Amino acid sequence: MTLLSIDWFFIIEKVLLISGVLVLSLVVAMYSTWGERKVAAWIQDRFGPNRAGFMGLLQPLADGGKLFFKEEIIPSTSNRFLFILGPSIAMLVACMTSAVIPWGDTLVIAGRPVSLQIADVNIGILFIFGVVSMGVYGIMIGGWASNNKFSLLASVRAASQIISYELPMGLALIALLMLTGSLSLKDIVEQQRHGLWNVVYQPLGFFIFLICAFAECNRAPFDLPEAENELNGGYHLEYSSMKLGFFLFAEYINMFISSALIATMYFGGYAFPWMDSLGLDPNIVTILGFLALFIKTLFFIFFFMWVRWTVPRFRYDQLMRLGWKIMIPLALFNMLITGALILARQQ
Amino acid sequence: MQALTNRAKAVDRRPMTLAEKMYIPAIAKGMGITFKHLFQKKATIAFPEKKRDFSPVFRGLHVLNRDEEGRERCTACGLCAVACPAEAITMEAAERKEGEENLYREEKYAAKYEINMLRCIFCGFCEEACPKDAVYMSETFAPANYQRKGFIYGKDDLLIPHPKEGK
Repeated sequence: MTLLSIDWFFIIEKVLLISGVLVLSLVVAMYSTWGERKVAAWIQDRFGPNRAGFMGLLQPLADGGKLFFKEEIIPSTSNRFLFILGPSIAMLVACMTSAVIPWGDTLVIAGRPVSLQIADVNIGILFIFGVVSMGVYGIMIGGWASNNKFSLLASVRAASQIISYELPMGLALIALLMLTGSLSLKDIVEQQRHGLWNVVYQPLGFFIFLICAFAECNRAPFDLPEAENELNGGYHLEYSSMKLGFFLFAEYINMFISSALIATMYFGGYAFPWMDSLGLDPNIVTILGFLALFIKTLFFIFFFMWVRWTVPRFRYDQLMRLGWKIMIPLALFNMLITGALILARQQ
Repeated sequence: MQALTNRAKAVDRRPMTLAEKMYIPAIAKGMGITFKHLFQKKATIAFPEKKRDFSPVFRGLHVLNRDEEGRERCTACGLCAVACPAEAITMEAAERKEGEENLYREEKYAAKYEINMLRCIFCGFCEEACPKDAVYMSETFAPANYQRKGFIYGKDDLLIPHPKEGK
């Protein structure tokens, strides 16, 4: 094939990698639902799902199967096209973010270096920001198309919440970028591999980012868009069957991606202590690195659940006050301190 | 005013201190509590596998008793039906024929004896009213059925097994 100078190995490698990451995020999201119920149960001194399979491990399959077989209801007063578009966008956007996360270092397969990152774009963080803020369109369109006052309220809430918390999140990240000098997630991880983890330099920034990640994922204590007891489930009130499943699933995928992102940016990503002095085959180190990232991610998923089952939901005015009056000044202060320290070190 | 117990505490209405306003220590404390609960003994009893012990006076589904020789004790006197506040018990009496002495203890017996378990409130008055020690309440409970008529228990369902024949 000299006619088309296409590197077929490259395409096959990327297709495999994309499928792998997609399957990974779907499976993790699936088992997050199981984990969520287990953690909730344990915190409340219960057993949680334990009927379907060993430890209830088949429960997500049963739930998914149920959602597929349920009746598909589209309200007659809704906008049919947008009603279907909503969950589709939510799901699509949730699956897109994982493209720029470095899941591991480079594997060498048959003499070819294969990076475990789908796309090492030099604006990785910006890409994530752009895609994540599109996620709210799924909620907004879905809530608006439902033609239901509760859904509409929820989508309005979701939109203003996500805008409010994207600002401090971005400001917290700017401080991180001042430190690393790169927008590429791969560079950020490599720097942490050879130095200390960023959380050591940016404890306040990490804290702000963590709180904003909760708000961006619509997770408790910021789950106002789907507040069960005020809005009857919020934006997915009118949804049934797998369209509802898509909304719920997208939330769990977002949680997985956020956890992976926090682990990547502040906790060294696939880097783990002494990874370069083990004296092992580089391929094995890469696989161990992937496992390290996976464990860190799972810890943050657990942390998300742990907080959800501890802290009650904010009132809406409290949410806004926290976002605008505390988070943004705090993030600005963090930026200032970081800048001052960087300047002081240069001189 | 005299306090009923000495546990009453005045509400603290002082403005919150800075540490309290930050909420972080309180949230951390709460998360510590929930984390401890992760490993605590579960309060749930996994029902079909494990059963909780009943109190000695537990009142479950009824049984109709037999005497030592396997004869039905019930004489269809109707006192249980009269005592029943939910009117769940109905019966029809019949006279014992020649040759049925091994089946029924006395000259009169219940040809039909039905308890509607959906009406029954399990008060145990029937058990108390019975002069012949024929009705007892067992420890069986929570019957399941697909139809309402399945909850009307007849003599087949209520009579305890024959001590010798095992039926």
